[in-house]
Amino acid sequence: MSNRAMQRSLLGAALIFVLALPQLVYPILALDILLWGLFALALNLLLGYGGLLSFGHAAFWGSAAYAAGIAAKQWGLPFPLAALSGMVVAVLLALPIGYLSIRRTGIYFSMVTLAFAQMIFYIVNQWRGVTGGENGLQGIPRTLWGLNLSDPTIFYYAVLPLVLLGFWLTFRVVHSPFGHVLVAIRDNEARARALGYPTDRYKLIVFLISAGLSGLAGGLFALGHGFTALEVVHWTTSGTVVMMTILGGIGTLWGGIVGAALVLLLRDWLSNWTDAWGVITGAIFVLVVLSFRRGIWGTLLQRTAGREQRS
Amino acid sequence: MSYFFQQTFNGLVTGSFYALLSLGLAVIFGMLGVVNFAHGAFYMLGAFGAYFLLQEAAIGFWWALLLAPLGVGILGMILERLLFRRLYRLDPLYNFLLAFGLTLMLQDAMRLRYGVQGQPYGTPDALKGAVNLGLFAYPTYRLFTIVFAIAICVVVWYVITRTRVGMIVRAATEKPDLTRALGINVDRWVTPVFGFGIALAALAGVLAAPMRNVSPLMGSDLIIVVFAVVVIGGLGSIFGAVLAGFLIGIITTLGAVFYPSLANTLVFILMAVVLLWRPAGLFGNPEGT
Repeated sequence: MSNRAMQRSLLGAALIFVLALPQLVYPILALDILLWGLFALALNLLLGYGGLLSFGHAAFWGSAAYAAGIAAKQWGLPFPLAALSGMVVAVLLALPIGYLSIRRTGIYFSMVTLAFAQMIFYIVNQWRGVTGGENGLQGIPRTLWGLNLSDPTIFYYAVLPLVLLGFWLTFRVVHSPFGHVLVAIRDNEARARALGYPTDRYKLIVFLISAGLSGLAGGLFALGHGFTALEVVHWTTSGTVVMMTILGGIGTLWGGIVGAALVLLLRDWLSNWTDAWGVITGAIFVLVVLSFRRGIWGTLLQRTAGREQRS
Repeated sequence: MSYFFQQTFNGLVTGSFYALLSLGLAVIFGMLGVVNFAHGAFYMLGAFGAYFLLQEAAIGFWWALLLAPLGVGILGMILERLLFRRLYRLDPLYNFLLAFGLTLMLQDAMRLRYGVQGQPYGTPDALKGAVNLGLFAYPTYRLFTIVFAIAICVVVWYVITRTRVGMIVRAATEKPDLTRALGINVDRWVTPVFGFGIALAALAGVLAAPMRNVSPLMGSDLIIVVFAVVVIGGLGSIFGAVLAGFLIGIITTLGAVFYPSLANTLVFILMAVVLLWRPAGLFGNPEGT
């Protein structure tokens, strides 16, 4: 099969998969897989293509969750506009955070993003009048110009176009000249700068795109569940999305959703047996980092690439 | 005025924990290039170690101050041998992620065993009461924490800058290949240094036990504040780690007195300001990343 034909059949299979998902698992879990998948994809854009591991993406996912929740609950906005408000808030936050964070590279970048995300966590926790503090926001409505979307299956299909738009946008970014410059910066920043590319500007822009897409996913997450709690801005959320990304495969477009699906299905399945979820997650994470660094999708890609070369 | 001094002392207490933790991070980072996210979990294990020794073996504070860091330090050495060692040749991000996974495991294991509620740990008898400092009376235990932490920092600083062991560690940190070429077995020093850094975190945990509730999550928020402290001080600088630790402790405590709502965010605001002004931190080397 040629590369292009393979990509097209893959795309078709993926589309059928997301369309059938609410029939395969219960709808809320299906929605979670979709949204965490988009979140992981957004992180992967920054990590896999920009070489920047943000350990504070909960700031964007979480602040958008709150913003979308408030927009829907207080102002009665229909869900696409509420999700959009969340996205806007995430991008606005990402501007100063990104500007300061990209001044450092590698592990320092991770630490700085983590610290900023924690700042957002404290603000959300303190600002009780708006965010509800430790109680979170309850009873977030899901409407679309009068239409009531409280049925989770219907909401899933209502959200799907927005999420697919997010996926499509990421694919376009990766395959655009911008995406290629990004990879060049990741591989050798000094060389890219010597070639005349304003590397800081590229890094900031990809940070903003990544934060915006995370915000889109986070806003829809809050709307889908009808409530939002402090957990969405906690650092463990940042860690979870990094784990999904690595489990799926760094620098692969499909890895995010594969990783998200696997983690969420595993969590769902394990919760019937034990509440030692943290121990098991941590152990999986340690194992992946130690011996499975390409991730599931990354390994598959490598295998197929190897076979093609041999044949 | 005495109120102001009293708050400054409270800041020094907080700073003691920051300084011990960021010193341990700096030592481990300097030698191994590992940013140890699990440092907060080891701090928590130190506190639980003291609690466990008291409850299960009736071993009091003074012995716990020695035994808990020793035990946690040995655990750290085992983890270094089994896990961290495998990732040194790779991007430092992988070590960071490994430590993150370990944190999840350790925290959750302690939650399953002891629940999320805090466990009480009494102040040792010899350190109960208060000392009259002229202007005001200050709790003996808190004063002890400050003095003890400063003493540990001075000793570590002395060992690293003035002794042969420290010379080897510093040489191995800066030029591992050259040090090897001089006939020094660098790899032999890696495990003990890692264990020592971990033990410093556990020591802070034992010191914190009588003052704060011993709970599985006690380290998770602290470590992120300490990361901010480390960014401010300049990662890799031992001096920067200690000084920034105490300084940030005092500034944030005093800041919280005047603007209580800022209490937990002040350190991150300071970090943002320092990053704008000096991207490598106050004492960091701008040449390094």
